Amino acid sequence: MESVVVKNITKTYGKEKKAAVNDVSFSVNKGELFGLIGPDGAGKTSIFRILTTLLLADNGSASIDGLDVVKDFKSIRNTIGYMPGKFSLYQDLTVEENLNFFATLFETTIQENYDLIKDIYIQIEPFKTRRAGKLSGGMKQKLALCCALIHKPNVLFLDEPTTGVDPVSRKEFWEMLQKLKKQDITIIVSTPYMDEANLCDRIALIQDGKILSIDSPKNIIQNYPDVLFAVKAANMYELLKALAEYPNRLMSYAFGEFAHFSFKENPNKADLLQFLETKGIKNIEIKEAAVTIEDSFIKLLS
Amino acid sequence: MKQFLTFVKKEFLHVLRDKKTLLILFGMPVVQILIFGFALTNEVKNSQIVVVDYAKDIASQEIITKIEASRYFEIRKSLAGSKELEAAFRTGEIKMAVIFPEGFNNQLLHQNKAQIQVLADASDPNNATTLTNYVSSIINDYQTELNQENPLPLQIKPEVKMLYNPQLKGAPNFVPGVMALVLMLVCVMMTAIAIVKEKETGTMEILLVSPFKPLMVILSKAVPYLLLSMVNVISILLLSVFVLDLPIEGNIFLLFAESTLFIITCLTLGIFISVKTDSQQTAMLISLLGMLLPTLLFSGFMFPIENMPLPLQWFSNVVPSKWYYIIVKGIMIKGLGFSYVWKETLILFGITIFLLIISLKSFKIRLS
Repeated sequence: MESVVVKNITKTYGKEKKAAVNDVSFSVNKGELFGLIGPDGAGKTSIFRILTTLLLADNGSASIDGLDVVKDFKSIRNTIGYMPGKFSLYQDLTVEENLNFFATLFETTIQENYDLIKDIYIQIEPFKTRRAGKLSGGMKQKLALCCALIHKPNVLFLDEPTTGVDPVSRKEFWEMLQKLKKQDITIIVSTPYMDEANLCDRIALIQDGKILSIDSPKNIIQNYPDVLFAVKAANMYELLKALAEYPNRLMSYAFGEFAHFSFKENPNKADLLQFLETKGIKNIEIKEAAVTIEDSFIKLLS
Repeated sequence: MKQFLTFVKKEFLHVLRDKKTLLILFGMPVVQILIFGFALTNEVKNSQIVVVDYAKDIASQEIITKIEASRYFEIRKSLAGSKELEAAFRTGEIKMAVIFPEGFNNQLLHQNKAQIQVLADASDPNNATTLTNYVSSIINDYQTELNQENPLPLQIKPEVKMLYNPQLKGAPNFVPGVMALVLMLVCVMMTAIAIVKEKETGTMEILLVSPFKPLMVILSKAVPYLLLSMVNVISILLLSVFVLDLPIEGNIFLLFAESTLFIITCLTLGIFISVKTDSQQTAMLISLLGMLLPTLLFSGFMFPIENMPLPLQWFSNVVPSKWYYIIVKGIMIKGLGFSYVWKETLILFGITIFLLIISLKSFKIRLS
């Protein structure tokens, strides 16, 4: 069953009509964890705001559980949970006061839906008398998630929930999302981190307001058309320069401590090695690389 | 209803946890009342004057004693020549000089006519007029005493009575003014900032994506400031009664009810500003400039409205504090009842309803 349906949404800003969202369509199934993956400024937040009824699209339509985001915005506001990208709780209220406030706002109580937030809340409960502004980045996000969940929404919108959060907290946060999925809550999450994409059921790669590809992370990686190699050498800068001059080159770019490389046709490791050696590159190491989402993204962008 | 109460409680927590807001909220009224009460007064008191007595006879001495006895003047050492006198005026050391010619008493007794020269520094015209009036009345007093034995055949004597404020104190004028000013500033600025703050910190985004109604957001923001402002009204009234010795002539409950109405007017004005602006700074600037100046200029408490050009007089009609000022003056100083201020009350009420409606109409249910 489709929970969220987006059809040909376009949104432009300013006088020059720059498109932040350009003819975007996708649909999310009930209980699915759907990721919008893309760099800053790709249009992720605009899509979120249109779906949460905060912005009106210039063109196209969208619905949540069959409710139109423009016509039925009042009903939608009852049934969704939204966690904006910027920390948007009351900094001068304590953890408990914030949670209580949002529970009451949605005409419920903490006790009523405690099961839903228990796993998350238990981690911040020791600090429940602390003011939200004084919490660490990771704890702030956990509290914001609790507040967005407290009314047991059907669809949860998380706009870059892990940006600016330490790696351990990021991991914990995603574990929580996996648990929430089991409660049959549809989750739409955006992130600029490619490594988090693997944790989603399906992802949409988005750039400059356009969706480049929608599929499960596994399929996206499997559909990578080329054989990818990882090349390492003593001097990375020299290596990248030399790779760029190789005649049979399709793509080459820095990737962590390696350079990722693909051939235009007929992959030939020996030939590449020989070419690099003639260019005076030392300590060359070439191996086949496992394709990641980031590689797919770069491929799609080219 | 429970939602509403929780929201109001949350607003109270915001105010009570912000030390700076608290200071403005409760410090400002007290400071303003005290400043206006003791420092910024247009009453003429203890003006430095010089008496040059060339006569040194019984009549001049008696008049000088009378001048000295008045609380308006403080006599400085007599200066010898006219040059020193001029210098003292120039430096602003003295505001007035009273000069008795030689043989003052003789002239008075034998020619039935004597002259006293009064020089006043008219660079401040109001002050000069007031001072010369005071001196004239002192001299007149003395003259009447002299004529007691053989009164003039024909005499018209104006019996002047200063109503409502016989001692011509400044307080009766400025307390209503300060009340209007303080309530205007506190209510308008605080509510405007409180709502804009939610926009600026992004919490409005979450509030919008909730079942909570815009009307409720507005009302629950206004309630805490309504209550806190009522506390302010009480403290201003207490200060004016017990510190400035200004009794409340009229019905205190009526005064309180009218103040509440004015507070609500101000709150809706604040809400209107907050709906139209997006940053706390803009909201603050608009409330300060847009409220403080019109209140000072057009409420009639500093400058009489009747003396302004017609367009400005018309403009003053849309300044809520003008009407409140008239109401408070009527009730507090003149002791009038509701039947005398119903028109002003109605106007305030109308302004409030108007502002509330356009604020609600322009409240954005979405971002941008």
